[in-house]
Amino acid sequence: MSTVQGRAGHTVRQFDTELEDLRGLVLKMGKLVTQQIRDALDGLLDDKVALAKMVQRREDWVDAMEVEADDRIVDLLVKRQPVGPDLRAILSLGKSVRDLERMGDEAERIARAALDTHERNPGFKPSSELLRDVETMGALAIELVQGSLTALTQLDIDEALEVTRRDDELDGNFRSALRRLATFIMEDSRTVGNVIASTFVLKSLERIGDHATNIAEHVIYLIRGKDVRHLGSSDEIEKALNRHEP
Amino acid sequence: MQMMNMDPIAAPKSELAVEHEPPHERHSHRAPKLSASTPEQTLGEIHAADAAIVSRTVSVYYGTKRALYDVSLDIGRNEVIALIGPSGCGKSTYLRCLNRMNDTIEGCRVTGDIFIDDQNIRAPDLDVVQLRARVGMVFQKPNPFPKSIYDNVAYGPRIHGLVRTKSETDELVERSLTRAGLFDEVKDRLLAPGTGLSGGQQQRLCIARAIAVEPEVILMDEPCSALDPIATAKVEQLIDDLRANYTIAIVTHSMQQAARVSQRTAYFHLGRLVEVGPTREIFKNPVHQLTVDYITGRFG
Repeated sequence: MSTVQGRAGHTVRQFDTELEDLRGLVLKMGKLVTQQIRDALDGLLDDKVALAKMVQRREDWVDAMEVEADDRIVDLLVKRQPVGPDLRAILSLGKSVRDLERMGDEAERIARAALDTHERNPGFKPSSELLRDVETMGALAIELVQGSLTALTQLDIDEALEVTRRDDELDGNFRSALRRLATFIMEDSRTVGNVIASTFVLKSLERIGDHATNIAEHVIYLIRGKDVRHLGSSDEIEKALNRHEP
Repeated sequence: MQMMNMDPIAAPKSELAVEHEPPHERHSHRAPKLSASTPEQTLGEIHAADAAIVSRTVSVYYGTKRALYDVSLDIGRNEVIALIGPSGCGKSTYLRCLNRMNDTIEGCRVTGDIFIDDQNIRAPDLDVVQLRARVGMVFQKPNPFPKSIYDNVAYGPRIHGLVRTKSETDELVERSLTRAGLFDEVKDRLLAPGTGLSGGQQQRLCIARAIAVEPEVILMDEPCSALDPIATAKVEQLIDDLRANYTIAIVTHSMQQAARVSQRTAYFHLGRLVEVGPTREIFKNPVHQLTVDYITGRFG
């Protein structure tokens, strides 16, 4: 069943302002988290220790934004008792903030891996073969994050569905990467330290993709009022949206 | 007059104004933009599986001015349905059709059909006094009779011949006051004047008065508007308790109250029934733009 969004502004204009401010904060948080992921990956792939350390410090900013956003959401619930699309928007933004904060945690883990890798291999970069999957999965993960943020800010349901589809792709990449990494150890057991670190990084990227999908699902709920979480693949989600039940 | 098929499964598809997109194509899921003007047909499910009241194409005119346009709506047995909408939208006018209170308004003309349990209450030879016992009403401003609490409740049953002896009357008064959640508060002063009670108590007395004549339906027109939050909460709890035995239609200006007390909600706008549906759907996921705008406070 199709739904409509609130169009012209609330008669009480302060409500509009508060919603806009919340959306702005979530977008700002999204941009910061995207930058964190990028910088953490650069820190790892290009052995940039300073960049990795900056990611660790900026993690506090991400956490602070989560707290601020949650506080504003409580205010909105108390003051405005929202219903309909306003309620769905506020709940979806709140859940997206949670997922963004988790993404921030994953970026911080990747930064830590960069620092550990640097210490484990002083003066010597780990083979680009080893890190090749990190590079490709990293690029795809960042696309997913950006896609989910576009879907959220533009209220674009097609963009949200695209994110869920490509996350299936990311999961596929993860599984083949694990197989490749296994062969590394089999060929040379001294690589085990780096391979394990790499595996954790890939896991973080896979988790980032999942969080981006969560945000996409929140967007679908926001727009269509339909909860498509836990349905499995993007095909299942699309089927559910094509059904016209409540 | 032939009564319309009330089978909800066979509800004509034209009741739903939403376009269905073919499922096999991969295409944009963008929702079609719905018009912001009042729909020709009500959105949502107007039928109820077990309807206590069936209205079909009910219109109301005050002189030459039309206040209600072809309202068709079922009210399900033992459900609470909330009627919401801005002032002047016709919800109270519609409510008053259900017990023919509009008959008392000079120059008011009603057309269409209203069936209560297969009986068309618009029939000119209908006993309206009897109707108003079957379909009770509670008003915005509590209006107890200038009589004792006891007589307020006993008056209706006496004139309808529902009680013969004093003990029958005593029993009925106690039962009605208990059902209205008031007995414990007034049992030691039943002969005190009804007007001496607090606002919330007066309203519950009016409810007791309505249920004393054993209605099937209770109509409530903004019953809590004049009450404080505590009295409001007590009346809302009462509405939930009463649902087991009565069908209730409540007009309310409070969106939150409608969401709390009702199972179905009907939204009126400029004399038309725009949308009706399960209350949680209306407040989570309304279909029509006008409904969204009203419930979210976008009044233009």
